[in-house]
Amino acid sequence: MEMGFTTAVYVVAAILFILSLGGLSGQESAKRAVWYGIVGMALAVTATLFGPGFGLWGLSLVLIAAGGVIGYQLASKVEMTQMPELVAGMHALVGLAAVFVGFNTHFELVNVAAMDESGRKSLEGFAALLAKKTSVEINILRVETSLGIWIGAVTFTGSVIAYGKLAGKVNSAATKLPGGHVLNAMAALVSLGALIWYLNTGALMPMMILTLMALFIGYHLIMGIGGADMPVVVSMLNSYSGWAAAAIGFSLGNDLLIVVGALVGSSGAILSYIMCKAMNRSFVSVILGGFGGTAGPQMAVEGEQIAAEADGVATALNEADSVIIIPGYGMAVAQAQQSVSELVRKLRAKGKTVRFAIHPVAGRLPGHMNVLLAEAKVPYDIVMEMDEINDDFPDTDVAIVIGSNDIVNPAAQDDPNSPIAGMPVLECWKAKQVFVSKRGQGTGYSGIENPLFFKENTRMFYGDAKASLDKLLPMIE
Amino acid sequence: MKIGALKEVSNGEQRVALTPESALQLQRLGHDCVVQKGAGVAAGFSDAQYKAAGVEVAATAAALTKACDVIVKVRPPSEAELKRLSPEKTLISFFYPGANADLMELAKSKGASVIAMDMVPRISRAQKMDALSSMANIAGYRAVIEAGNNFGRFFTGQVTAAGKVPPAKVLVVGAGVAGLAAIGTSTSLGAITYAFDVRPEVAEQVESMGAEFVFLDFSEEQADGAATGGYAAVSSPEFAAAQLAKFREIAPDMDIVITTALIPNREAPELWTADMVASMKPGSVIIDLAAEKGGNCKLTVMDERIVTDNGVIIIGYTDFPSRMAAQASTLYANNIRHMLSDLTPQKDGVIVHDMEDDVIRGATIAHAGEVTFPPPPPKIQAIAAKPKEKVPEKTAEEKRAEEVQAFKKQTQNQVALLAIGGALLFLVGSYAPASFMQHFIVFVLSVFVGFQVIWNVSHALHTPLMAVTNAISSIIILGAVLQVGSTSLLVIILAGIAVFFAGINIFGGFLVTRRMLAMFQKS
Repeated sequence: MEMGFTTAVYVVAAILFILSLGGLSGQESAKRAVWYGIVGMALAVTATLFGPGFGLWGLSLVLIAAGGVIGYQLASKVEMTQMPELVAGMHALVGLAAVFVGFNTHFELVNVAAMDESGRKSLEGFAALLAKKTSVEINILRVETSLGIWIGAVTFTGSVIAYGKLAGKVNSAATKLPGGHVLNAMAALVSLGALIWYLNTGALMPMMILTLMALFIGYHLIMGIGGADMPVVVSMLNSYSGWAAAAIGFSLGNDLLIVVGALVGSSGAILSYIMCKAMNRSFVSVILGGFGGTAGPQMAVEGEQIAAEADGVATALNEADSVIIIPGYGMAVAQAQQSVSELVRKLRAKGKTVRFAIHPVAGRLPGHMNVLLAEAKVPYDIVMEMDEINDDFPDTDVAIVIGSNDIVNPAAQDDPNSPIAGMPVLECWKAKQVFVSKRGQGTGYSGIENPLFFKENTRMFYGDAKASLDKLLPMIE
Repeated sequence: MKIGALKEVSNGEQRVALTPESALQLQRLGHDCVVQKGAGVAAGFSDAQYKAAGVEVAATAAALTKACDVIVKVRPPSEAELKRLSPEKTLISFFYPGANADLMELAKSKGASVIAMDMVPRISRAQKMDALSSMANIAGYRAVIEAGNNFGRFFTGQVTAAGKVPPAKVLVVGAGVAGLAAIGTSTSLGAITYAFDVRPEVAEQVESMGAEFVFLDFSEEQADGAATGGYAAVSSPEFAAAQLAKFREIAPDMDIVITTALIPNREAPELWTADMVASMKPGSVIIDLAAEKGGNCKLTVMDERIVTDNGVIIIGYTDFPSRMAAQASTLYANNIRHMLSDLTPQKDGVIVHDMEDDVIRGATIAHAGEVTFPPPPPKIQAIAAKPKEKVPEKTAEEKRAEEVQAFKKQTQNQVALLAIGGALLFLVGSYAPASFMQHFIVFVLSVFVGFQVIWNVSHALHTPLMAVTNAISSIIILGAVLQVGSTSLLVIILAGIAVFFAGINIFGGFLVTRRMLAMFQKS
């Protein structure tokens, strides 16, 4: 058991992990970067298995292999439209693992405390580390462990609910128990009380209470958040799973865990921040769920929604030189990405400029649309971010909105009383002609009317996105 | 119902209110169509074409009026035409009720309904029957063509073997429907086009059509275009002076000037003064689309082409739409057809004159023996967009100052954050034991590195980022592996489960990331 060797490997692994995240700045470097992550993980696990964790390495190896088989199955079978569920589900596993590891720390602590001096000397591995701690250090350890368990438990139930909502197994509307956020606040207070109790006694009971409270908060918090806020929720849970790992790292005195936990935690935090910014909402308001009140009466929308048929859309597309497509969650729901890709291929073959405009919160996961389009073999260099493409709409002949609503709502700019006022939106209405593929005349997630649909240059292309596009495709010649 | 189109009696009028195509559409609404013999000939529609479209041909105006329930035409009716009307008959045409009060009285005395196409309210729903706009559009186009016809040079600049030709410079005054049509035509012919309008909010439309908007060095709250139904209002004397000064400055450079400035129910404002005309180059052309209302240039003679002493050609024609009779008739007939389709809500050939409908009420000037002009204000307000708060263009210094300001603010923020962070660290450090601090520093540095690295991640790769962070957050497996060698069975079981879960995550996370990244292809 050479600690020096392990530490050296940990440093290498930490650097590899940082490089693996940094490499995601571009599509090509990312393909290399993921290998850095894999190698880093392999090094870290191997070094731990044959270093300080030498106890039952055979068992560990078998379990890892078993998990690996399941992980492999999951990863190779999952549809790209199901990525949000998969990511949420994996967060749940990390959260649960953090809870178990935290509890183990507690049990070991109790075991060690019960031993006499000679027994402590004979200890090995993790227990030996615990045995050396002073009483102040043990108190700090207890705080760290509780924190790890608490965050882990919130992550676990939160992610399970997020998974359920994304997979359509739980109603995705925001639902709260009577009492709403007061319940959450009370649960948090009880947790704090349990922590103090635990610090004083070191007993199992307060730890269990703390865990139950955290499980409840995770459940109730995410239940209260609606479908389209899921990008923020998933990023937030991503962040939590990192912080849980970091807290456990503190309690185990393992620097690599701390480093990785902090990296993941800050990554998730930044993603949440970007998502909130893209909705012009504060993090707190998203977490508290639902849209805030309005400042006054909303502008009345006048005019009528004019429907278009496939042949009209086809004529416009055949005549257009430049086209911008704005996909949203509706495209993922209808599984229309292949048809979209086919449309793009046909249009590009005719020498037209076709690009995609992606709003940061389009879909249910940050970057969701990019992955779907990539899967459908849309080249990534025509898939643009909002800031890159928003100024190009006035020079565009046709903009096609497929399954998005709030992210193309001009009320965000025109109507100061709109609930989404100030949210950055894709200014597709500045294109010469806009087609909106939409199932029916309903409103978006925020429940507000979209004046875009009533604009003179907008035509509504009603119907299931995939069916509509498939009808359109043969007419593009 | 029977719908009949009269042959125009005004001198030189070539348009017709019904085309074979619009007749087909009207028949679909359940109506029968009649046309007076030879009504469409001047616009290029022969009686045979009408017959082929199922339209009956009536020999005289009197016979047609007698046979039909709805009479459509282009120009305001003559007294003779009105006198033939009777109750239950409806006339649809331009009418200009403000100027034709006695004709209105005559219509009332006959008990007929009269719908004035020029009174269709300017709301979105009624745009399809806005004949003034469709005629103005043609006038704008034709104005440029007339100008080109009289202008001795190319519109577009060319470099030929025989020498270089400079592009023509065109100024369009008034960016209403006609003005915008003129701008579009002029830019597509290749001329350098400038445009001016008293409503600065149209600058965006002007620029979107490829022309340059002439801004005045003058700041005054302009009347809200939306309040006047999208038409221009009278401007203040100071504004008018600034405007003339600007025109005077650019007049010598302009080859073609097209003025379209009209204010509802007023004489056209004088915008192009005699001294501006005098300063123009010989061979330059002025097209005055406001000639009917006295002209934006006082030298204009209505319906005439004149040449000034310094060789500037001024055209004051008022019949531009009629000069493109085929196009104008098609559009006008479509406007009429849309009006009739609103009057036939059931598409069963039965006309319902619904005086509750904003559009029909607004356009009707005589109905059931009453004069119904002027109409009450429409329930829905005007079409023109509200003017946006205009952000004044910032000068270079202001921009620079703002940048400096922003930089300072950023520096302040950063320093403040660093100071607070440092202080907090110091506070923790002075109480916590050294063993904790060691890990804590690692933690803080990692968060810092994390923030630096993640901001650079491309937005497109956020999903792979989540998947990969998921995989590496399974680093928690290290903790479980450390504990699995415990002496307590419970700990071994829990640690074992944790190892298993983390194992799923590691493999699942990395593999799915790889799968996703492999899909990203460059074109």
